[in-house]
Amino acid sequence: MLAKRIVPCLDVREGKVVKGVQFRDHEIVGDIVPLAARYAQEGADELVFYDITASAHDRVIDKSWVSRVAEQIDIPFCVAGGIKTIEQAREKLAFGADKISINSPALTDPSLITRLQDEFGRQCVVIGIDSFYDSESNSYKVKQFTGDEAATKDTQWFTQDWVEEVQKRGCGEIVLNVMNQDGVRGGYDIEQLSMVRSICDVPLIASGGAGTMEHFKTVFEQAKVDAALAASVFHKGIIDIGELKQYLHTQNIAIRR
Amino acid sequence: MSNDSNSVSPSSSDLTVIIDTGCANLNSVKFAFERLNANVVITADFDVIRSAARVVLPGVGTAGAAMAGLVEKDLVNLITSLTQPVMGVCLGMQMLASLSNEYGGRSNQAIECLNLVPTEIGDLDNKGLPLPHMGWNQITVTDHPLFTGIENGSYVYFVHSYRAPLSDYTLASCEYGETFSAAIGKGNFFGVQFHPEKSASVGAKILQNFLNMGKAQ
Repeated sequence: MLAKRIVPCLDVREGKVVKGVQFRDHEIVGDIVPLAARYAQEGADELVFYDITASAHDRVIDKSWVSRVAEQIDIPFCVAGGIKTIEQAREKLAFGADKISINSPALTDPSLITRLQDEFGRQCVVIGIDSFYDSESNSYKVKQFTGDEAATKDTQWFTQDWVEEVQKRGCGEIVLNVMNQDGVRGGYDIEQLSMVRSICDVPLIASGGAGTMEHFKTVFEQAKVDAALAASVFHKGIIDIGELKQYLHTQNIAIRR
Repeated sequence: MSNDSNSVSPSSSDLTVIIDTGCANLNSVKFAFERLNANVVITADFDVIRSAARVVLPGVGTAGAAMAGLVEKDLVNLITSLTQPVMGVCLGMQMLASLSNEYGGRSNQAIECLNLVPTEIGDLDNKGLPLPHMGWNQITVTDHPLFTGIENGSYVYFVHSYRAPLSDYTLASCEYGETFSAAIGKGNFFGVQFHPEKSASVGAKILQNFLNMGKAQ
């Protein structure tokens, strides 16, 4: 049976892993490669590295660490941050990344999704979506350039429309990051994730809000996502990945152990 | 017993060659062999490939693009003439088949593949589950030497939307919507649909089993 995936996300800034609260006030958590190796050892199913400054500041990540990660860890990983061209994507994949994740550049030029799919196959093409609940209009909307608070802006897209658009254009997986929940550890947004799940035919990764082991159980059982991404609970040692997987196993959730 | 080979030091007569198909993810396969202290190179050089102890045919992307790449590099006749163990990985496994129905937008006709394992690649019948089939799934293995010491129910990492059906050439199977071939083979040509290079300790064991093949030169 296909296992539900536990995915630590390592937000990268200036070559270090950082974590902010609701995308702000970033603090340094540690070095990339040792953290990656530790998570792989503890039983992480996959890793995501996201350069939170790259898109906003119009530059791409320093990629030397991509190769160092690929040399040392034997689980899949995805690289995100400022990838705007086929060549930039090819470089990350050549260094050993399994997937590349596109967020803001896909909003600027949605045709990029199709071009990446044609070149590398849709299995490499992950679309990250920063979605927030807009209480004024009582709807879910997509934000762009969230790596930098000053550059962050609203888009024309309602979340469900963008989810359908990126699938039509050829993405192979969606990471839905619910911004209202990010870093505050109050639980995944089950209602929004369930809504997106119902219109998402590619694998769906929940992101934003994990605080307890029960939150993971709930998001797998109720929102039926394929994977759950989290950062601070792992970086701060609030949840141990091995213990989390043991717990989920006892709750009858399919988990690789 | 088979673990003894972990300590065997690499030598030029025990070379593992990863065929440079021009696709993007070759380094991850190379790194995985290097973690096992294997002597491994990525090349499209005919003589080096011919003289290798064993050969890996990697691949990501679409079957149409990958076969076009092999034709462009004039590798088709070379690969089909190899007599040492040849292992396809993911799309590399699918290219060992006779045909693939993954057009990749290039045509509406099935793609002719290497025709080394008589089976046809088609759509995975996902029965409404998300596609691609992405993530860690369990395999049921046969007694092929590639799976020595691998228990049924072991998890390996898959990413694909097309599959080889179950057939006489199935070496391992997996279930996602339907039961399909997680590995196929005929003679010295075999392949795995999953990514052993990304499948943690189980994958490393499978790669070590592959390194144990083709030692007698």
